[in-house]
Amino acid sequence: MLRDVSVQVPAGSTLAVLGRNGVGKSTLLRILATLLRPHAGDVLVFGEALPRRAFAVRGQLGLLSHDPLLYRDLSGRENLVYHARLHGVGAERVETLLDAVGMRPRAEEPVRQLSRGMVQRLAVCRAVLHSPRLLLLDEPLANLDPAATELVAPLIGRGAGATRVLTSHDPQAALAEADLVLGLEGGRVAFLATPDKVDPVAVKRLYA
Amino acid sequence: MSTALTVLRKDLLLELRGLETLPAMVLFAIVTFVIFHFGLNRDTIDGQLAAGVLTVTLLFAAMLGINRLFVAEREQGGFDAFLLAPVDRSALLVAKATALFLFLVVLEVIAVPAFGLLLLGPSLGPPLLGLIAVLALGNIALAVIGTLVSAIAVQTRARDLIGPIIGLPLLLPALIGMARGAGPLLATHGASWPPGRWVAILALYDVVFALLSYAVFDFLLED
Repeated sequence: MLRDVSVQVPAGSTLAVLGRNGVGKSTLLRILATLLRPHAGDVLVFGEALPRRAFAVRGQLGLLSHDPLLYRDLSGRENLVYHARLHGVGAERVETLLDAVGMRPRAEEPVRQLSRGMVQRLAVCRAVLHSPRLLLLDEPLANLDPAATELVAPLIGRGAGATRVLTSHDPQAALAEADLVLGLEGGRVAFLATPDKVDPVAVKRLYA
Repeated sequence: MSTALTVLRKDLLLELRGLETLPAMVLFAIVTFVIFHFGLNRDTIDGQLAAGVLTVTLLFAAMLGINRLFVAEREQGGFDAFLLAPVDRSALLVAKATALFLFLVVLEVIAVPAFGLLLLGPSLGPPLLGLIAVLALGNIALAVIGTLVSAIAVQTRARDLIGPIIGLPLLLPALIGMARGAGPLLATHGASWPPGRWVAILALYDVVFALLSYAVFDFLLED
């Protein structure tokens, strides 16, 4: 699906990946997350070659995907405590994050009873639980209202201090967040530029 | 080990909340005993026939649990979340096999007395310890192979078919061991301990397949 995609993301910066549905944005994130093997080519995360050295970078990655990766029959707190244990993180971090996203009052409710926006807030908590150095954000603000967007901004926004690769269907929002913009068309690079150098016509063409 | 315990605790909690697997396994076993009761047109059975009926019923009840073992991981993203964590992947095998073993123990705690009431002629009292030994060894085989097969099956579209198609042939030696080991125990005036040969076969099978599963499980989780 992805062909001839070559991009280098400096530490601490943000790469925004733009393109239509099915163009390979999520695939790129899953490859970086060590969940998919590329058939060809080289992928290096923090200098470690994937998938051979995947074990060396797991635990430094935070993936926020379309799927919240939360068990529906467990409460938000139970889910986060489970993930915290897998990552060797203390339970106090769970409480800090629940407070940060305003979910502490609903933390005992099963995830299946929560609204999509609330589930997304919990998914953000799960993704940043272990303070990852690289955040892989697939439509991170999906289902979030403006107030919730403000709540999660310190965790997954620029202020988080992590290197970020994000996808968005909102080009303007993505350009505002990015240090580097990758436009994908048919699985290939349509453009790769800093936001100020991105041609608005080229962006429009991606979604035409 | 702490990772396996974390996953096991989560699995038991999910089952406790959802009650999706265990009640189905127990109900299936008891209904099957009733069907055998009328199908065989006999009030009681004993010996090798009783051991066969018990083994086959427990096997098919176990298949229900095996088919559902990884469903939450696949449908709710548990696989991805686990694979993203910096943990030994074999912990998932240990946790799932332990969960399945515990499901089987609970199933047998209910189903074996029901079998004694509905079908079995001789009393379950004298051979109980021997029967527990055979069932425990059989449960280990079912849990290990079941987990392995379930991990393969859940990644395919035909997961309900893959479980029985791959699992049953692999389990054949263990099932024969269970049935042959339990036969003398369930006979009228039967033995109180299973024949050593079948216990040894079951134990050997458990060790070999546990090690084999541990060795290959990592690769099964690759995309």
